[in-house]
Parts: sequence; structure tokens; C-alpha cells
Amino acid sequence: MTKPNVVVVGGGLAGLSATMQLAQLGVDVDVVSLTPVKRSHSCCAQGGINSVNNLTRQLGDNEWKHFDDTVYGGDFLQHQPPVNEMAQWAPKIIELMDRLGVTFNRTPEGFRDQRRFGGTLYARTAFAGATTGQQLLYALDEQVRRWEEHGHVTKHEFWEYLGPVLDDSGECCGCVVQDLVSMEIRALRADALVIASGGCGLVYGRSTMSMACTGSAASRTFQAGVRYANGEFIQVHPTAIPGADKLRLMSESARGEGGRVWVSRTPQDSRHPTEIPAKERYYFLEERYPKYGNLVPRDIATREIFNVCTKEGLSVEKDRMCVYLDVSHIERGELDRKLGGILEIYEKFQGVDPREVPMKIFPAVHYSMGGLWCDYERTAEGGLNVGSPRNHETNIPGIYAIGECDYHYHGGNRLGANSLIACIFTGLITGTGVANRMKSNDRQLAVERDSSLFDRACQAKQADYKALLARDGQGDNPYEIHQELGRVMTEVATVVRHNPDLEQALTKVHDLQERAKTCSLSDTGNWTNQNVVFTRALQDMFPLAKTILKGALARDECRGAHYKPEFTMPHVDAEDSGERRRLAEAWCDRFEENNKKWLKSTIAKLDANGEPELSYEEVDTSLIPPRPRLYGIVGGEMIEEVWNERSRGVANE
Amino acid sequence: MSETTSLREFNVKVLRQDGPNQPSYWQRFAVPYESDMNVISALQKIASMSRTADGEVVSPVAWDCNCLEEVCGACTMVINGKVRQACTALVDQLLEDNPEMIELSPMTKFPVIRDLMVDRSRMFATLKKIKAWLPIDSYYDLGEAARQTQDNQEIAYVLSKCMTCGCCLEACPQYLKIELARQEGESDEEFHARETEVFFRSFMGASAIAQVDLYNTNPIGQMNSRDRLEALVSEGGIQVCGNAQNCVQVCPKEIPLTTSIARMGRAATVHTLKQWFDN
Repeated sequence: MTKPNVVVVGGGLAGLSATMQLAQLGVDVDVVSLTPVKRSHSCCAQGGINSVNNLTRQLGDNEWKHFDDTVYGGDFLQHQPPVNEMAQWAPKIIELMDRLGVTFNRTPEGFRDQRRFGGTLYARTAFAGATTGQQLLYALDEQVRRWEEHGHVTKHEFWEYLGPVLDDSGECCGCVVQDLVSMEIRALRADALVIASGGCGLVYGRSTMSMACTGSAASRTFQAGVRYANGEFIQVHPTAIPGADKLRLMSESARGEGGRVWVSRTPQDSRHPTEIPAKERYYFLEERYPKYGNLVPRDIATREIFNVCTKEGLSVEKDRMCVYLDVSHIERGELDRKLGGILEIYEKFQGVDPREVPMKIFPAVHYSMGGLWCDYERTAEGGLNVGSPRNHETNIPGIYAIGECDYHYHGGNRLGANSLIACIFTGLITGTGVANRMKSNDRQLAVERDSSLFDRACQAKQADYKALLARDGQGDNPYEIHQELGRVMTEVATVVRHNPDLEQALTKVHDLQERAKTCSLSDTGNWTNQNVVFTRALQDMFPLAKTILKGALARDECRGAHYKPEFTMPHVDAEDSGERRRLAEAWCDRFEENNKKWLKSTIAKLDANGEPELSYEEVDTSLIPPRPRLYGIVGGEMIEEVWNERSRGVANE
Repeated sequence: MSETTSLREFNVKVLRQDGPNQPSYWQRFAVPYESDMNVISALQKIASMSRTADGEVVSPVAWDCNCLEEVCGACTMVINGKVRQACTALVDQLLEDNPEMIELSPMTKFPVIRDLMVDRSRMFATLKKIKAWLPIDSYYDLGEAARQTQDNQEIAYVLSKCMTCGCCLEACPQYLKIELARQEGESDEEFHARETEVFFRSFMGASAIAQVDLYNTNPIGQMNSRDRLEALVSEGGIQVCGNAQNCVQVCPKEIPLTTSIARMGRAATVHTLKQWFDN
């Protein structure tokens, strides 16, 4: 009997939840993953997973507020129906994960414990020690193994996705993959292809992301014609531990559990941090943002830490920029219970006990808010039409994008602990939609299609592979090109962005791309050739890098993680109240003007030469009208007053 | 390339192997020193140089890694004679112990794919044997999960941090390498079926025993604990453990493996006795 089947590329939280949902609905799945799925990057997520819960509900919280915090934190750049739907599902997803055996921390009465994360005033975040992502990933890994044992799932681990197979009408009917041990290239037929390949942190050289996060699968799908949206929105996490091979995350939960960020008021104070008295410490986040304190949204914390080191010259060290993140005032037992895992990481990699001595941290590239463009079908009420095959389908029929490699949910800036919920939610809802797609009978099944289509696709990839191996040894070293690319991208397209720098970087990146086209391989063998994998991934970083740079260059405003000092909004700091009022009015005018121009998603597609071309898409903000993001802005109260009057005026019209 | 190690370089010796069942051989690399390096960053430099300390141009060393934070379990190898994760093996500390050389070799209990990369699919196959999952009814919203005590969570969380890295198996005298060659004319499916059958009969090792412990303490897992106990006492089960207690000493996550083995040993005995009486 012929049955439809689905290929899922990537075995992190999104890919595995889609897989288990599809299997539950009777659809067979092939999972393609660069690593055994249990080793996917989701395991690095530390802090937790957000949802409204019974406790926060009684303090006035609800799904709508989770939704509101998410779009406010994201500077309103996300389509609202998917976010609304995700917030509705979140509490149910947490219960499901608990039923699947995730070892969430408990209260003395046996309920799940919750902590507070950035960008919200409620303790919405459930957590499993300091390795929540790992625990969630394992629960899903086990379920997928269960389906594998039942014969509904086939895993292809240490296999790489090389690109989709499209038929003459442009519809997807499978993909080409390569076994990274034997280097065999083959096609997998599929009635739907779900890309769940995560972020693209390695475009920046070193980041908090795992080695598999090259963005290559997304890039190959992009190069096949799927659009890429909001590429310029890259989250830089405020707190990471600098390292030679990667920048290791220090979870936001360190601040959620009371960690405080500070520097000495004396630049490069030579005293040991524990000897610097309280009054000489500058708790700059707490002073500047009394309401949120150390738990301001990530983009703001990042910028403040960056500024305190660069503009104000208060970096703790002279040669290396860093600030203190201090948990040493918290009781040891509590630290071990709630933050043991992440404090161990610091101790293991730095050789210093953070329970005794403040940690030294600095921002690092962490998350791609943007990603492959995909659709959704909204209901009249403003949620998603659950079960619609359009949910998360890209512009190529039959190709879906979920998890970090899609562009929904986080807008201009992602809130802490919202990524895990988004990954699982998109996996589940897309699983349902894809299963419904399989039910329509007017389409020929991939297994029944003529094999020449797949043979041709394989041959093309085989030829690329052979050409790569056959390169002469005279070209550049791909590892050095990657370092250079990372350096350029980190310098110009992270915390602070300037147009002249971005323009120059585009030229530099283009030159690097040309060099990469002829770079040399040091291994030309046909067995477990990691050199090929690396070089191919490097080449595929360039379309993404250019899309990030071009999007950032074009977007002349500040929104979420995208910050250009030339386009900041003014403070409203006049002494005279009439004048302050006038300034606030002008501020609100400018805010509205700017939104008319820039409250739009950047949509990139590649032209015939492989260069990104940009256009802009209206954002569905029909549920919560965009309002100024006023975390810590001088004169924020006055702006808010004016803004509220205007909003009421609109409502009364 | 200089022959000797100056202050600006250090030596890394790697036991290489071009493919399964091929001879292995040592190669020495002179790696430029930087502060805050670990074995991964040394291997990254070796990949970039592709040249031995003697100046010979060679293919880059193959190795397995992903998270570099010691949560994914990928980068296990034998470093200066000790099995551990390469990401947390800090160069400064290794050079303190032995300034002459850092020695890297693949795990010996798993078939080598290439250089430092080994095939640990047996570990994942064993997780199938012990049914390391909770067979819940469905993924639909069926209401609230069961409450659990803090004590229970603390035990379960530690066990659940097992990242299937294989350190405990490398150190175990009872866990022996299995390397099957494909027979002529055997298809992928036939080979995997034969392999799985052999894996299922062979010793499961400490990590799998601890996973039985994990699932059998879960409120839902308790409902089907018999299935896992059945696997635990079958051929290759807990009775093979020789109580050498090496496993617990090398676990990078400090999982109390011997405590689990003792607990599961008692559970296995009770289970076996019960079966006698039931029959």
C-alpha cells in the first residue's frame, strides 16, 4: 500500500514535536539530522519555558497578557494571530511536557515551580534545573524513538540536507540528502518537507549556538526560492562567557533568580570584585530601569552592557570588554538547586566559583528572530485556524518552516523562555496542518512519481560535490574565510549598526564569497569528509550574511534588536511641563510616522545572480495596536500620557 | 614548521584511523597557543592547519562535537588516557599535568568511523530495548500532569541529565566492543536488524540501567515499569554488571550510577521472584 510521507529536516524541539504529532496522526516521517537528534542545539536552552499558569492567573495574568508581552517585547514586528494562538496553547503544552516526563522543578506541595524572566512582570517560566531545553529535547527524543520502534519514523542521523526537489510546477516532492559517513547522495521522496533546522549563529563566527547552527539548511531552501524574512533581526544575548571556540550562554535565569549586573564606578578597578563596597558599585540596569531592573528585555540589557563598556569606559577588564553578573549574594543551597547547571558551566570553563565571585560576562549573538517566510491562516477571532495546511507553509507549496528557522513569533526581539514554547508549538500545529495536507486526494503521491525527477536532482548535487572535491589546492583556507566573515559580521551587524559600516561590510562579504568559491579543501577523500561539510556550509552562509546586512542597511530606524544610533528617538526631558508636553506630542507624531514607514517585515528573495532583493510586507497588528516601547525612556510617563489620550481618541471615533 | 614546542605552541598527538577496520597511527601537531583554549579549539586549529608538526600536509582530523557546553554528549574521547568530553578539557589544565603533550584517541568500546569519531548507535538502540519513554495516551490536551515531590524531582533530574555520551561504558570492564561487518548482499535494513539483535543481547551498561531507574520512578512510568524490568533482567541486562564501579567515577554529569544500579538490582530481584510466584 502506498502511503504519504513527510521529511523533517532537523531534530531539535520543533522538528521532533512535528514528527511525533505526524506519527500520532498516522503519517510516516523521515527525520534528517546532522547529529543524533538527542544532541541537537535545543539542549543548550537553559532557563525555561513560558506560559500563563494557575499562579500568575490569580495575580491578573492571562493568555492575552503573555501575547501582549511578546508583541510589545518584539516591538510589534510580528503578525499577531500566530503569537496569540501560541500564548493560548502554552499552558497546555507545559502540561503535555510534564506528562512526557520532563523533570520540572517542584514546589514543596508538588506543583511546578516558576520563575520570572525578562520583559514581563509575572513568574511565567517553568524550568527543569538550568537545563530546561535539554530536558524538553529528551522527552521529545524519547517519544520519537517510541514511534521509530513502531516503524512510523525513520531517522537519518549524520545525514545532511542538500536542498529540496521541486517538480515542473514548482511544488516540492522531496529533497536530496547526503550520508556524512559514507558520503552517499540520495533523494528522499516526500509529500511535504518540513524545515526545522534552527538558527544561523555561525554566520557570526563565534556565538552561543552549537556547531550545527550554520544556517545551511535554511540557506539552501532560500536558494531554492523560499523567501527569507526579517533577517536583520539577530538577538544578541546580554550575558555570555567569552571563549576561544564559542561564547557560552549564561542564562537569563541567573538574573531571574536575583542575579545583579554591575561594574565598579572606578574604571578598570584593580580591586577584587568582592572587595568593592556596595556604594562604589554601579548597578546600572537597576538605576536606569527601576521597574524591570535586571530583567529588562534582552535588546535593552545588551545595549546597556555594551554602552557601559564602550561609551562609558567602565569595562571591568582593560583588554577585554566585560561586566559583572553577580549571584554571590544568594544562598548557596538555593543557587545549587535552581541554577546548578549553569553555574557549573561557568565553573568548568572559567575555573572560578560564581557562588563566591561575580561572573564576568559580555553580550554574544544568540538567536535569529528572522527566518524562512511562511504563511498562516487566521480566524476571524484573531487566532490560527488549527489544522489548516497553510499554517507555516512557505511560498513553495509543500515546504514548511518551523522553530527558530521560521520568522514568526518574536518580531524585532525575542523574550526569554519564549523560544522553547514557540518551537514546540510550531511543531505541533504544523504537524496537524501537514497531516491534513496529506488527506487531499488530488495530488500524486511522491512515491508514485517518475524517478527521473529525483535522479536528476541527485545528479546535480553529485556534480557539485565532485566539483568541490576536484578543486586544486591553490585557493584560500575555508576556516580562515569563516573567521574573517565572523569578524566582519560581529563588528557591524550586532548591537550597534551604522550605515557606512554596513555598506563596507557588504563589499567585504562579497569578496569573501568570491574567495570561498575557489577555496581549497584539505581533504579530498570520499569517507566522513568533514572538510566538505564545512566548506559547503560556509558557502551557504553568504546569501544569509548578505540578507542580514542588506536588511540592516535598508532599515533606517531602531526596532527591537536592530539599533542605529542615528535614528534613535529623542528623550522628552524639558523642565517646563508645557514644553515637555509639546515634545511628547512631537515624539508621538514621529513614532506614528516611523511605524507607517517601517512597521513592516523585510522580505528577501534571491535574484538570478543569487543576490538578495528586498521588499516589505505589512504586519497584522489588528489585535493589539502598536504602542511605544518605553522601557526606561526619559520622559516616558509624559509620552505614555499623550499616547493614551490619542489611543482613546481613536477608540472613540 | 618548527620541530620543537616553544612557549607559543603546544603538542597534540592524535591517534588517527582512516576508516573502519583500518590500521591506526599517531600524528603529532604543533598548535599555536591562545588563552582560554579547550581541546575543541585545538582541534579546530588542527583542522585549519591540516599539517603535522613535521610539516607534512594531511587531511584534517575528524571528530564529533556540537554544543561545546557539555550538554549534548557528542565530543567524548580519550584525552591523556582518560575518557571525557573534549569541550570541558581545558588546554591550560592539561598542560599543567603534562606540558609535553596532549594525547587524543577515540573511545575503544565503539567502532571507529574515522579518527576520533566513533559509532555510538548501540547506545541509542539500547534505549529502545529498555523502552526509555513514557507511553502516554496521546499528545492531545488531557488535563494536568501528576504532582511530584521535590525529592522525586531531584532524583529524576540528575538521572535525566544523562547525555548518552558513553563515558561510563568506556570505563566499564564488562562493556565490550561490538563491530559488525556487513555481509555480502545484505541490505541496509537487514544489516540494521542483525545489528540491533546483537546489540539487544549484549550488555546494556550503566547509562541504560540508570534510565530504567528514571522511567520507573515517574508516576506514569510506574504504570508500565514491568516492561522495563523485563528488559533489565533479559540477556545483556543488569546481571552482567561486575560492580567495578568505574562508571560513576567518569560520568561528566556526576550521575550516581552505582546508586541506580543497586536500586535496580533490588527491583530486578523482586521482579524475578514475583514472576516465579506468578507462574
